[in-house]
Amino acid sequence: MKGLLSSFRTRFARPLDAAVVGSLLALLVAVPILNLAVPEGSALHLDTFTVTLLGKYLCYAMLAVAVDLVWGYCGILSLGHGAFFALGGYAMGMYLMRQIGDRGVYGNPLLPDFMVFLDWDALPWYWWGFSSFPFAMAMVVVVPGLLALVFGWFAFRARVNGVYLSIITQALTYALLLAFFRNEMGFGGNNGLTDFKELLGFDLQSDTTRVALFCTTVAILLASYVACLAVVASRFGRVVVAIRDAEDRARFLGYRVEHFKLWIFVASAVLAGIAGALYVPQVGIINPGEFAPLGSIEVVIWVAIGGRGTIFGAIVGAVLVSFAKTWFTGLFPEVWLFVLGGLFVLGTLFLPNGVVGLLGRRAR
Amino acid sequence: MSKGESGTDRVRAAAFPERERWDLLHGAILYLDGVTVRFDGFRALDDLSLSIDRGELRCIIGPNGAGKTTMMDVVTGRTRPDAGQVFFDRDVDLLALREPDIALAGIGRKFQKPTVFEHLPVFENLELAMKKSRGVWSSLVARLSGEERDRIEATLETIGLRESSAGKAGALSHGQKQWLEIGMLLMQEPQLLLVDEPVAGMTHQETERTAELLVSLAGTHSVVVVEHDMEFVRSIARRVTVLHEGRVLAEGSMDDVQNDPRVIEVYLGA
Repeated sequence: MKGLLSSFRTRFARPLDAAVVGSLLALLVAVPILNLAVPEGSALHLDTFTVTLLGKYLCYAMLAVAVDLVWGYCGILSLGHGAFFALGGYAMGMYLMRQIGDRGVYGNPLLPDFMVFLDWDALPWYWWGFSSFPFAMAMVVVVPGLLALVFGWFAFRARVNGVYLSIITQALTYALLLAFFRNEMGFGGNNGLTDFKELLGFDLQSDTTRVALFCTTVAILLASYVACLAVVASRFGRVVVAIRDAEDRARFLGYRVEHFKLWIFVASAVLAGIAGALYVPQVGIINPGEFAPLGSIEVVIWVAIGGRGTIFGAIVGAVLVSFAKTWFTGLFPEVWLFVLGGLFVLGTLFLPNGVVGLLGRRAR
Repeated sequence: MSKGESGTDRVRAAAFPERERWDLLHGAILYLDGVTVRFDGFRALDDLSLSIDRGELRCIIGPNGAGKTTMMDVVTGRTRPDAGQVFFDRDVDLLALREPDIALAGIGRKFQKPTVFEHLPVFENLELAMKKSRGVWSSLVARLSGEERDRIEATLETIGLRESSAGKAGALSHGQKQWLEIGMLLMQEPQLLLVDEPVAGMTHQETERTAELLVSLAGTHSVVVVEHDMEFVRSIARRVTVLHEGRVLAEGSMDDVQNDPRVIEVYLGA
């Protein structure tokens, strides 16, 4: 543990880390005050819509951090991280569905609406236990983690690398997309899970719950940020970078490359799952669209634009690009994809280290 | 090993009768027997048999495609031969092990193209190579002790990279990268070093220092050097093996092999 702490201290000396941690802490304090304490008519009042939007961006930021961990540090270009995000989201969604109880349209106390609609008479076994919050939260971690473990075990043992690995991660998320679209799967098919009412008994529509969800997101993002910094600064983190730089060298030094890849991949998938679970109660819906291959590619673009292999770059990239997306799709919806593509091309050409690379150069 | 151990050896030989043959070879650290590697019908190694003695410095030469690098690939577990046996340290069957286990058993390898961790500082390159537990968990909580730091400093001194210790390995010159890789090999504390073209891209002075280093390692380590630079081979070699078309063509002192008509034919073309 001391090793982790001391390496963390040296790592934390980076000014940009302090800036990210500082801004997150500031959000944690300022947002509740501006939303709840400042009266609605005031110019300083932050409306709940914006709070939720910010919360959404920060969930994306957490997903970007997860991708940066495997891609930026270990060179595993995963184009399927949306799958882990969505699975975490579905686990949370299933809990929220069970919370609805008999307040659904059909008023069935035992089954969610979509199952009543499909004429099912009993809850499928994989829905058992999701009425319990602790169980659902465990599944948020276990399901993406287990999928990553099994997938990674086969892929890394077989030494699937580079573009081949990227392609099979795309296939993974695409296969899940198709599966979750099917009504028979029991996850609400095309419509997904929605119409949520309460989380732990708190009304999801109320301002206080929304602000609490936002603060939880910030706190968990902060905690995972700090944890990631500690991990990448440890010897484990340096072995992972070593594998990225020269996999054979690491192997011939006696490191079991596949184990290191596997565990960083699993950790990253778990982080993505947690991000998904925080995302769902804030946006109020989870549907198979979250598995879309394009979504996972977008995450990679966030990380590339922010600057990979830095952690904070992922956060900066995710927030900046998501903000730009909200702004552009509001004003000129038809040009957004061109802007995104342009950003990626220009970013790769002129900012190989991303936006934070630019800042870093200035700072030095 | 001394003859006093022959009792244990006999027990071992009885338990593993097929190993009886190389248990007699007390001096050998590496033993290849009848190793054949085929790539698409082409025999990269053709029934190759070779033995390296403990503490020996052996040079392996041969024209391109003679199987020098393939031989190293077989010993380090990267390539599985189609036939043959490879034993290390008398009774370690290398063909049953994967690359990391072979490295941990005590075989270090320097690649033909210098391969270092470009984005890590020179110091950390050596730190990662240090003989230590390689587990995922232990690496997560590992700390560098003062003693280990001293060892890394000493190696930095040996390979002449003390000045560049904190700089990224990617910023080193080609020759310096070669040295760093040799330094990483030393940190691994292997019994056997396989060194593929150590002086490629080095200046004359660097080449001389490399020669000194390799010669000083022999005795405490066993060293196998693959090299094209004949002058360099002459300066370090006591025993030279010439490979040709996946087989041993000749073996002996540098003078012997240089005067061997078969070697002359292969090198100068018939």
